[in-house]
Amino acid sequence: MTFKRPTSAGLAALAVGLLATTAAHAAPTINKGDNAWVMTSAVLVLLMTIPGLALFYGGLVRSKNMLSVLAQVFYTVCIVTIIWAVYGYSLAFTGGSEFIGGFSKAFMATVTTDSAAGTFSVDANISEMVYFCFQLTFAAITPALFIGAFAERTKFAAVALFVPLWVTLIYFPMAHMVWYWAGPDAISDAVKALAAAADGAAKTAAQAKLDEVMADGGFIFKKGALDFAGGTVVHINAGIAGLVGALIIGKRTGYGKELMAPHSLTMTMIGAALLWVGWFGFNAGSNLEANGGAALAMVNTFLATAAAALSWMFAEWIIKGHPSLLGALSGAVAGLVAVTPAAGFAGPMGAIVLGLVVGVVCLFFCTVVKNALGYDDSLDVFGVHGIGGIVGALGTGILVNPALGGTGVMDYVTGKVADYDFAAQMTSQLWGVGTTLLLSGIGSAILFKIVDVIVGLRVSVDAEREGLDITDHTERAYNM
Amino acid sequence: MKIVMAIIKPFKLEEVRDALTAIGVHGLTVTEVKGYGRQKGHTEIYRGAEYAVSFLPKIKIEVAVASTLVDKTIEAITGAAKTGQIGDGKIFVINLDHAVRIRTGEADAAAL
Repeated sequence: MTFKRPTSAGLAALAVGLLATTAAHAAPTINKGDNAWVMTSAVLVLLMTIPGLALFYGGLVRSKNMLSVLAQVFYTVCIVTIIWAVYGYSLAFTGGSEFIGGFSKAFMATVTTDSAAGTFSVDANISEMVYFCFQLTFAAITPALFIGAFAERTKFAAVALFVPLWVTLIYFPMAHMVWYWAGPDAISDAVKALAAAADGAAKTAAQAKLDEVMADGGFIFKKGALDFAGGTVVHINAGIAGLVGALIIGKRTGYGKELMAPHSLTMTMIGAALLWVGWFGFNAGSNLEANGGAALAMVNTFLATAAAALSWMFAEWIIKGHPSLLGALSGAVAGLVAVTPAAGFAGPMGAIVLGLVVGVVCLFFCTVVKNALGYDDSLDVFGVHGIGGIVGALGTGILVNPALGGTGVMDYVTGKVADYDFAAQMTSQLWGVGTTLLLSGIGSAILFKIVDVIVGLRVSVDAEREGLDITDHTERAYNM
Repeated sequence: MKIVMAIIKPFKLEEVRDALTAIGVHGLTVTEVKGYGRQKGHTEIYRGAEYAVSFLPKIKIEVAVASTLVDKTIEAITGAAKTGQIGDGKIFVINLDHAVRIRTGEADAAAL
């Protein structure tokens, strides 16, 4: 989700600028092209999770735990889908406070075939049901991401309970804080009403209405943090939750002593490639309109990913003496993560630089730092999504600079790109990163403890040795 | 009668089979095995996690032959499986007391 106009003054001015040309709009018009693109994007993001992420992770675990990973990811998608319809969409995308929405759209109340959702332009709407589905897939992939951090030792029952709690208390507030705003049409209408107000009393009322509309947005949104497609809400959020989970649940039995090699890097390659394909829906789809902004996000999603895959692979080649496939795949995912917040803001050359940097940073983190700290993040969820997300969030603050080929931040008061202010932009970015780390870090720790008390987090050592496929699911991935 | 057991490199199996067929050996049992000898193992690295793999995959073949054929069998296997590199494998010869063909009940030499 992009918010290219993070200041409320800018938003008001946007509507003012359009005042002369548009009359107050009666019913929102659905743009069929935009609608079709976001429908397609929603399905692409689903493809990222199942089977993309599931296979990416599944290939990295030992064969005795393959099905447990696939089952946990598939379950997560299904349970979040239902919760999203019951109250998730409402909590994330209705007004209320800066931190969480309300229940006015619980059970999809008022979400009909006729209702519209705003994009980033006045009078360009998509079907709210399409927006509902698109956002659903983001809510579904985020908890699926952190499953990798504590794979191979966590009870299915623990995941089954933790995921609904986590999306409810961490994800929906995060999505609301970053992505919720009144939308361009509401602001446009309020500005028009103000301009049309005849006398003093009417003007006061109209101004109050406008102020109310401008204040109707999420906490991080109003801080002006740039996050094009969910670097904070999805990646940093899942990364830190994964790290906390890995620390609380503890290391796998035999970690550091026994062979824990990936059982099928072939599967991992299929999964990583599906992630890349699906990520075009994630990034370019987040533009919500099938226009030049989506095109830029698409280009950047190609370039940063390839650059990061190469930088990880070559760095490993130089350091360890061999270029590895897993290194290239890990680099590609790190590049995708990093370009997520930057996709619509960085220029293409900026995206390449971002990719080159994140590949090396994540390699360093997953090998040197993780080993030095000694925690067992099984599939490097924090090393890739957490660290890659932070590199991306901060990199976005730098690369949005028009002097570096970025789009700049639109200032609708003057109708052109605002002067780039490094310190102000980086402060905004740090607000986004810091809020996410704190909320998700502390909140996840509490939720893990609660789940531990209720159902227990870990399987027994015997079950871990036998493999979760048999002990949790009474199935085997490969019968041959 | 003897059992000639050989541990060989997996990719040499077809050549060994051809060589044995050529000297008149008509049966062979193959097992996929792991082990180590002078070749030691190798290192695998996954995202910086290094694993020493000390057991290497090999093929174990077992051939039951008449005592007179033992030397030729050893010669055939050696000739076919040799690369000159460490890890070519070993051959062991074991006495075989008795043999029966299940389908017919034929015994010993007739059963081979």
